[in-house]
Amino acid sequence: MIDSPEERGKSEISFTVNGERKFLFAFPMERLLDVLRQQLGLTGVKEGCGEGECGSCSVLMDGTLVNSCLVPVLQAEGASIVTIEGLADGTRMHKLQRAFLECGGAQCGICTPGMILAACHLLSKKPVPTLAEIQEGLSGNLCRCTGYVQIFDAVARAAQAGTPPSSLMRPE
Amino acid sequence: MRSDPREYELVAPGNLQAVVTLLAESPGAWLPIAGGTDIMVLYGAGNLPARKLVSIWNFPELRHIEVLGNEIRIGAACTYTDIREHKIIAREFPMLAQAAGWTGGIANQNRGTLGGNIVNASPAADSLPALLAYDAELILVSVRGERRLAYAGFHTGYKKTRLAPDELIQSICLPRRFAGYVSHARKVGSRNAQAISKVCIAALARVEEETVEEIHIAVGSVAPVPLRLVETEGIVSGKIVDESLVLLARKTAAAEIRPIDDIRSKAKYRAAVAANLVAEFLHLLNGSKHA
Amino acid sequence: MNSERIVGTAVPRKEGLDKVTGKARYIDDMVLPGMLFGATVRSQIPRGKIRRITFPPTISWNDYVIVSAKDILGKNCIALIGEDQPCLASECVNHPEEPILLLAHPDRHVLRKAVEAISIEYDPLPAIFTMEETERGSEIIWGTDNTFKTYRIEKGDVDQVWSKADYVVEGEYSTGAQEQLYIENNGMIAAFDEQSGVTVWGSLQCPYYVHKALMALCNLPAEKVRVVQMETGGAFGGKEDYPSIIAGHAALLAIKSGRPVKIVYDRAEDMVATTKRHPSRTRHRTAVSNDGKILGGEIEFTIDGGAYATLSSVVLSRGVIHAAGPYYWPSVRIRGKAVATNMPPHGAFRGFGAPQSLFAMERHMDRIAQVVGLSPIEIRRRNFLKPGETTATEQTVHEPIDLGKLLDRGLTLSEYHSKKERFSRQNQTGTTKKGIGIASFLHGAGFTGSGERYLSSVVGVEGCADGGVRVLVSSTEFGQGTKTVLCQIAAEALGLRYEDVSIAQPDTTQVPNSGPTVASRTVMVVGKLVESAARGIRQTLTLSGVLGDSYTADEFRAACRSHVAAHGQIRSWAQYEPPPGIFWDDQTYRGEAYAAYSWAIYIAEVTVDLNTYNVSVNDFVALQEVGRVLHPVLAIGQIAGGVAQGIGFALYEKVIWQQGRMQNNQMTNYIMPTSSDLPPIRVFFEELGNVHGAFGAKGIGELPMDGPAPAILNAVEDALGFGFNSIPLLPEDIFAAIAERPLENESDIASEVR
Repeated sequence: MIDSPEERGKSEISFTVNGERKFLFAFPMERLLDVLRQQLGLTGVKEGCGEGECGSCSVLMDGTLVNSCLVPVLQAEGASIVTIEGLADGTRMHKLQRAFLECGGAQCGICTPGMILAACHLLSKKPVPTLAEIQEGLSGNLCRCTGYVQIFDAVARAAQAGTPPSSLMRPE
Repeated sequence: MRSDPREYELVAPGNLQAVVTLLAESPGAWLPIAGGTDIMVLYGAGNLPARKLVSIWNFPELRHIEVLGNEIRIGAACTYTDIREHKIIAREFPMLAQAAGWTGGIANQNRGTLGGNIVNASPAADSLPALLAYDAELILVSVRGERRLAYAGFHTGYKKTRLAPDELIQSICLPRRFAGYVSHARKVGSRNAQAISKVCIAALARVEEETVEEIHIAVGSVAPVPLRLVETEGIVSGKIVDESLVLLARKTAAAEIRPIDDIRSKAKYRAAVAANLVAEFLHLLNGSKHA
Repeated sequence: MNSERIVGTAVPRKEGLDKVTGKARYIDDMVLPGMLFGATVRSQIPRGKIRRITFPPTISWNDYVIVSAKDILGKNCIALIGEDQPCLASECVNHPEEPILLLAHPDRHVLRKAVEAISIEYDPLPAIFTMEETERGSEIIWGTDNTFKTYRIEKGDVDQVWSKADYVVEGEYSTGAQEQLYIENNGMIAAFDEQSGVTVWGSLQCPYYVHKALMALCNLPAEKVRVVQMETGGAFGGKEDYPSIIAGHAALLAIKSGRPVKIVYDRAEDMVATTKRHPSRTRHRTAVSNDGKILGGEIEFTIDGGAYATLSSVVLSRGVIHAAGPYYWPSVRIRGKAVATNMPPHGAFRGFGAPQSLFAMERHMDRIAQVVGLSPIEIRRRNFLKPGETTATEQTVHEPIDLGKLLDRGLTLSEYHSKKERFSRQNQTGTTKKGIGIASFLHGAGFTGSGERYLSSVVGVEGCADGGVRVLVSSTEFGQGTKTVLCQIAAEALGLRYEDVSIAQPDTTQVPNSGPTVASRTVMVVGKLVESAARGIRQTLTLSGVLGDSYTADEFRAACRSHVAAHGQIRSWAQYEPPPGIFWDDQTYRGEAYAAYSWAIYIAEVTVDLNTYNVSVNDFVALQEVGRVLHPVLAIGQIAGGVAQGIGFALYEKVIWQQGRMQNNQMTNYIMPTSSDLPPIRVFFEELGNVHGAFGAKGIGELPMDGPAPAILNAVEDALGFGFNSIPLLPEDIFAAIAERPLENESDIASEVR
């Protein structure tokens, strides 16, 4: 496969996504966003602007939040990537997912995967953030629907929640 | 996405020596890419002229912060997050830590690098005025070895620097002599986060018995390069700040800068705000209520 | 009202789980086998004749599907209200980025280069870019006089008031274009085969608008066109009429190639080529008495529609009807005009004309206050509409709305008086000035006048084989909560659990035409029909003996299951009937313009920094009477989101035009507020009910767009002592105004500002 004219120039790249090791061939300058969506079928990662402004394409790369539209896939070699699809633990929602549902943090939903990952990253650094810290932590994720109010509520609620995540099957 | 990935080469030799060797083999042929937060935006818009790129992302040689007795050396591939989280930088070089927090959102701070900010050489770059105010020096590296030069004067014109085609910035050195100085940095953008700067100031001064003994005022987005307001510093240095000095400083600052009209703002606005920010800093120095 | 168990509670969003887990499927997530990518070749000039199109021989054009106007089997137009907008330009172009050709190819990157390679030569014609230029009439670019539409509302005898006036207050107010900036760009996939015809899947608000447009474009009967709405990532009106264009393009390529075709815009294309809010200019001339009562006046409201008529007549309609605000005018003459320029056509954006004319009205009220010597609070209080009084269109206010009391509550919530006093003291010194400002307004829900009768919406509710119930509407979800609230309504109407009710994906082969998802009509109008249709299911089951007069949810399900097993599917339909006593005259523009109005008081607190000239909003109170809050979390979300867009409209979102083309078509340079820019938005509701709406609800989707901009600009005037009448208001504008004011003492700007 790698010798055909279309394939020449591709590199073999390996990284972990949502806990699973992946081996794939891609052009080194393909955007991580496109590889995740198109080759790996992880369409939860969204493209909103292609210029690193809206944050819809955010993923966690080695535990840090990055805009996947600005990462050449070659630079993801050996990395551990988490997308929204990897956040839930089996059938159990992550506490942020539950909080977003309870508080109205998701309206049209297109910013939601990136927003939840940004919140996840924030809570990993600041488990009980102040409102100002939440605002700053999410300032790279644009939401046009909510005015951010209920997103802040959701993050604050998730920060308070010490309880185990609830079942995916029956969100309450 | 307006570029075809098949038309680009990106190699990752994995260490500094290999990269500088590659750059020396064909100077100007390979564009180093660290976090990509500038380059990939151009690429996505179909505006990246370079076709061959070499990754310098996450090299230990370029991404560590060395604390020496008299200076701090920040690896050029340190991200803004690395800088913000470093306790000594936050304490002794607060304007740089502040500027790192102004750049993009968290995701871009996790990938954007100080070296990238310098080499991209946008006059609106957030961290450059702070580097000028702190009298930064650069260590540049190539197959020919290392050389060290003052950051002041590194930018020779709009998006032009003294970097040789086969060189990389290895580290940025900041002298640890500003404890006890008053410092003040401010960025004026179109919004509070994720904004390209319209005007930016980083200023510090040592005041003894009301007299300004040393003063550095650096500004961004008001000239083709980030600028130290040398004339303005000159008329303030050695004086006591009073209203007539502030007025003179405003006028001098306005004459030193070369702001333009562009898609983000207007020259007159930039000039007025730059003068206001200089005045704001001077008021801070004399403890005035205006600050 | 108190006995309801589901309506009025915060049930989980119907599609919420999919959204927070990344499973929700938007159009770009969808791929079909054999699919091609489509792209659009667009005009690079604002106006002219197409002289020649050159396809350079360096590209093997046989590998591409190429569509031009000649390939259109039906009418080369986007059927909406008029038929002046071509689907593809053939002889001439009338705005930058006008579509001329379509290309398709399996490889996205190769396709893009092909688009760039095509060169088009034009014979340019003089182009017009402002309302003033078009009014001069020296160049006719549309029709006979560059005017899409005019309206005239006349109440009482305006010409008599001037002689009786103690004051005549004049003012001119303007608003700029605003980009909807949904985070998901426009996109469509189309497929065609002889047997089923054209199918499109896409990001859209109005499946039947697209359906109608495709029938005309492709010359296909209704049953050979199918439109399916995918999860839609924000719309706000920007996906009301535009999808008909992109769907038409995808369909033409699919028909010609015989393969599915996906067209998804990137941000730069979406911003530069699609619709925006109509720029406006309003001129007020008002006769006022000594005690601050409006005696009468003239309002001239003009909007810039861009190059083709599209929705401008309807935007104009709503704009003129709202132009008089929530006040009693003994007499008024409102003249509205929508004019043509050589810009990409402007379109629907939340509020749809009302944010523009209400901005003017609310700034003008503050001006009247100043002239008369009353406070902004008092001037409004003295002029508020009261029950029994008539609006500008002579609609009698029947509901017991007490705007004075609403105002009082708003003042308390915002601590208006104490803050105003404190700011006035603090503003004497320092380089920041604080101010507080108010806007009072109304918003009519549903289509104007006879519009709902014209739409004649149909809603279905289905009893399913598993015993559950399914709502069948063409109303779409794009974040506002359509699915959730309509299911709540059906569940409540039937005494079921929320989980017993589902809602069909809007697919024109599966759902009836319940009208477009616009005009804040979904909960109020469509919801009421859902209520009726749901009760129809119950009636069927009761009549057939399987269900008693009272029952549990499980008993209902069992009854439904058995009925469906025995007789097949149960479907119940409800069709809109105009309420009795609603009278509207389309000729004179007089009568009941809307079945219901929501009323609001918005109060903004701002800080103006005199070093940077930035305005920041520090606190925002949004208080509104909305009939009934059907879902407390969703309702707050609607208001907060609308206020955020209103803040953007006021202070951040400027479209920079050059020769009719948007220059700042990137998110970096078109500035919408981030989470760090917005204040806590404090939302409060009052509920008076509404006989015309489901469970007493009125519309709330667009209401919050009307108030923020004037409240903020009124606050800025309070802070600085002088005001601005044009939005967006940027720091550069504030600086320019301050710089122009004669200064005695250059070093102290503060002393110049009261």
